[in-house]
Amino acid sequence: MIAARTHHGARALVGALLYVDDARGAAMGEVVEIRQPGQPPRRGQVIDAGDALTVVQILEEPLGLAPARVAITLTGATAEAPVGRELLGRTLSGVAAPLDDLPPPIGEALRPVWGAPMNPSRRLPPGDFIETGISAIDGLNTLVRGQKLPVFSGAGLPALELAAQIVEHARAGGGEPFAVVFAAIGITARETRLFVERLRDSPARARTVFYLNEARDPTIEQLLTPRFALAQAEFLAFEAGMHVLVVMADVAHYCETLRQVAAARDEVPGRRGYPGYMYTDLATLFERAGVLHDRPGSLTQLPILTMPDDDITHPIPDLTGYITEGQVVLSRELHGQGVFPPIDVLPSLSRLMNAGLGAGKTVVEHRRWADQLYASYARGREARLMATIVGEAGLSDPDRRALAFAARFERELIGQGRTRRTITETIAVGWRLLAELPRDDLERIDDATWARRPGATP
Amino acid sequence: MSAPPTTGTPTITRVTGTLAEARPLRDAGLYDLVRVGERGLLGEIIRFKDDVATLQVYEDTTGLAVGAPVVATGAPLTVELGPGLLGAILDGVGRPLARLAAASGDFIAPGATAPTLDPARRWRFTATARPGTHLVAGDVLGTLEEQPGFVHRVLVPPGVAGALRTLADGAYAVADAIGHLGDGTPLHLAQRWPLRTPRPVAERLPADRPLVTGQRVFDLLFPLAEGGAVAVPGGFGTGKTVIEHGLARHAAADVVVFVGCGERGNEIAEVVQEFPRLVDPRTGRPVMERTVLVVNTSNMPVVAREASVYLGISIAEYYRDMGYRVAVMVDSLSRWAEALRDIAARLQEMPGEEGYPTHLASRLGQLYERAGRARACGTPDRTGAVSLVCAVSPPGGDFAEPVTQASLRVAGGLWALDPALARKRQFPAVDWATSYSLHVETTAAWFAAEAGVDWVALRARVLQLLQRDAELREIAGLLGHEALQDRDRAVIEIARLVHEHLLGQSAYDPIDAACPVAKTGRMAALVVAALDAAEAAIERGATIDDLDLAGLRRAYAGLRAAPMALLAERAAAVARVIASLGDARGAAAEVRA
Ligand SMILES: Nc1ncnc2c1ncn2[C@@H]1O[C@H](COP(=O)(O)OP(=O)(O)O)[C@@H](O)[C@H]1O
Ligand SMILES: [Mg+2]
Repeated sequence: MIAARTHHGARALVGALLYVDDARGAAMGEVVEIRQPGQPPRRGQVIDAGDALTVVQILEEPLGLAPARVAITLTGATAEAPVGRELLGRTLSGVAAPLDDLPPPIGEALRPVWGAPMNPSRRLPPGDFIETGISAIDGLNTLVRGQKLPVFSGAGLPALELAAQIVEHARAGGGEPFAVVFAAIGITARETRLFVERLRDSPARARTVFYLNEARDPTIEQLLTPRFALAQAEFLAFEAGMHVLVVMADVAHYCETLRQVAAARDEVPGRRGYPGYMYTDLATLFERAGVLHDRPGSLTQLPILTMPDDDITHPIPDLTGYITEGQVVLSRELHGQGVFPPIDVLPSLSRLMNAGLGAGKTVVEHRRWADQLYASYARGREARLMATIVGEAGLSDPDRRALAFAARFERELIGQGRTRRTITETIAVGWRLLAELPRDDLERIDDATWARRPGATP
Repeated sequence: MSAPPTTGTPTITRVTGTLAEARPLRDAGLYDLVRVGERGLLGEIIRFKDDVATLQVYEDTTGLAVGAPVVATGAPLTVELGPGLLGAILDGVGRPLARLAAASGDFIAPGATAPTLDPARRWRFTATARPGTHLVAGDVLGTLEEQPGFVHRVLVPPGVAGALRTLADGAYAVADAIGHLGDGTPLHLAQRWPLRTPRPVAERLPADRPLVTGQRVFDLLFPLAEGGAVAVPGGFGTGKTVIEHGLARHAAADVVVFVGCGERGNEIAEVVQEFPRLVDPRTGRPVMERTVLVVNTSNMPVVAREASVYLGISIAEYYRDMGYRVAVMVDSLSRWAEALRDIAARLQEMPGEEGYPTHLASRLGQLYERAGRARACGTPDRTGAVSLVCAVSPPGGDFAEPVTQASLRVAGGLWALDPALARKRQFPAVDWATSYSLHVETTAAWFAAEAGVDWVALRARVLQLLQRDAELREIAGLLGHEALQDRDRAVIEIARLVHEHLLGQSAYDPIDAACPVAKTGRMAALVVAALDAAEAAIERGATIDDLDLAGLRRAYAGLRAAPMALLAERAAAVARVIASLGDARGAAAEVRA
């Protein structure tokens, strides 16, 4: 790429878009510096490069800028992030500026924030069980290293608490090096605190780097924050050989910003005003999770997303679910009943579960155990619905049994509270619940599995 | 401001996302390939206006600058068709991913080039055409063994004809001349084909037999014909990919082309790891040897998604022309359609429904039309087929959207997936009430002969049972279980077997994952017999509690994981339970008497 060039004056300023005449040689994605006397310097990025007209997206608050008076410097570079092990333990802004009274991070290398797609033929299928300590996840929606498993939350539901609990508890097996990368995307300072303070006294703190773009920070920056975080995570995982867990909150804010930018550009809006390319844009974040051949580390993602109106068909959760390897769905109803974590396992899914369970990973009967719990609980939930119309007395005997089962399942298996459960403990709780049902109700349990339950007479 | 040049070397005048503009490009043709910028990004001319050409770029344009050079190649986007495709993993424009990795590492760098077929590899060719004969397009020149036991027929390319002057056996690389026509035209093992154009056939033939899927719900209720096309719409997590992978593993096809279009990298990694180890029971060879993977994951350049589907179908047609039965899986066609939408939006075309271009339905129709059974051009006589199974990802799981609707107009079947079933972990989550197949009649005779049962009658009985079950459940849901007669309760109990074990099939159980047609027929016949026996017993005065339904359930469940060797024995056990289903009645009736 070429050297820096400076232009004086812009033709127009619309929202955060600066229209520049005759910016010859501008490159797609080129980083731009915008200066104006009496104003703090701003950064921007070329989103439409033309020999007649070039469009620059300003990445900070444009308030106070006057198009006639700005000086626009095309830097000749595309956005890069400092990455390295020394960033661990630090608190940075959404674009890696220091927030912790330390000097700006230099890192071990500079990496393009946009990243590059992993060559699919170099990917290793994820399959290493991560014990999160949460029964609804470990037992029923097993997480594996290299997976992207979002939490679909609702306004006011404890998604961040859940994420904090997972980060605190999730231990990489065998003392292998692990790290946490947290990207706050437009969440409130209170929400950030909730997460940060949980980690402050934990041994995980020194292995965590925070990228914070909070609600009061420039919104456009939100498009970069997860990418700064992921560039760092990729470095730690694939060059420093660590098992990295990336927590991003809140993907909904990211999507709102994407919509806002698209609207400012007069683009043809897609469903509910979100741009048609939102699927692809989100994919360039989520697909950065994975494991590679011949490299020791892994990159696991736990994005948090608030479903507008608790609606799972809203474009934000919908497109996310189409990209991620499952989802953990929180339920307002369970939350209202004081169940923590309030995970509704029926719409939840871990697509990579099967690779992470079984002999040598969890327990041999895990698959059938989970299938049966799902089947019995699903039947109980249907019976609960039916009972609201015909009353409990109008149910068949097996349906009545399933109804009682569902209640205990929610209280005892899902509602574990703040304690950590090992996978063995989780499996035991499940068997205890299943044992309440007659053998004939357990259609997904074959005789061999039945014989393996705790307390079975050999 | 100086006027931009109208002659001289073409340069970039604008870049916006995946599109670029360049001028002057007067001499190039529409859809010609171009190389863009210093890195030589792959692009294609999609519009001309005055001397400005609009280019869609197949690779990431970050860093591409105004003023960068553009080189026109003078040829459209083509695929190299020849030996070495089987077992290959290609990106959306036909570059082998392993070679890209060798060139640029674990992450894909824009501008890399790599030929589709390994130029160094030599193939042992045996000529069958005789010098002196007059050849036309599609004639078989000779054969080579592409994979152990797989005969690759080398064909005269479309558009080529003439007297054969020379042709010799030998070990050739794909670029070597294996012979010449009288006018000096060289002949090769490989040929190039513009991937958006359907390859010609001598005659299109009607479907006459099924493509056996190994999934009971499809083979029994909604069969796929060889040469047919089916759409598989379903919200996220309803099981589209598991179905597509299952077909790629087990479908009774000679060649499988799997197009991973805009979906997950980890899913591809799973296939890449598993297929070389999975043995095809019909050939005894690894499944990977009959598979071609075309992969353009969701984070790879959008424009290449559009090409990837055409690439996959062109490869399929090539093997069809050799006389093979080819199955193409596209996961997901919606991502292909979204690529069309993305390109149209950037061209500022007038959007149609939901922002899709107005030509969506016609483009989609043309795509589905490339499926079919056909007699190939040339001699000797060969018949082949391309069957097409397209996953569709409707936003919010709502089928009232352009891609699903346009697919329904042209596909020969619908396998509709239901999120409510998926949430209950009832897989495959096929909504039997919405799904259909236009190939029930055309495939019935074949199934009947294979399974030795009246397939159509069996199918009708099972559907009838499901229908009654749905009605009865609705009543019970309104009035309570007490409102049901014993006869009705028996129907519900036996329908439960159908949902749970006959139509339910686990992709993770090594035996259950693929079901032979004979076993499907056997399981269906037993369910129908159980229903008849239960109804007869109740007719004779038995109550529901007299029927040993728990025993029936236990015995029937044992069928799913039964290998063929144990099927007869386990089916006999089920039949015994059925035969004595109402026997408890005898005892109970005596007590009452
Ligand atoms: N036949 C099946 N047997 C067992 N599990 C299945 C089956 N089909 C789907 N599933 C489950 O559903 C999940 C989602 O399926 P998938 O095909 O990835 O959905 P989609 O492609 O529609 O988003 C899988 O990860 C698996 O857990
Ligand atoms: Mg899928």
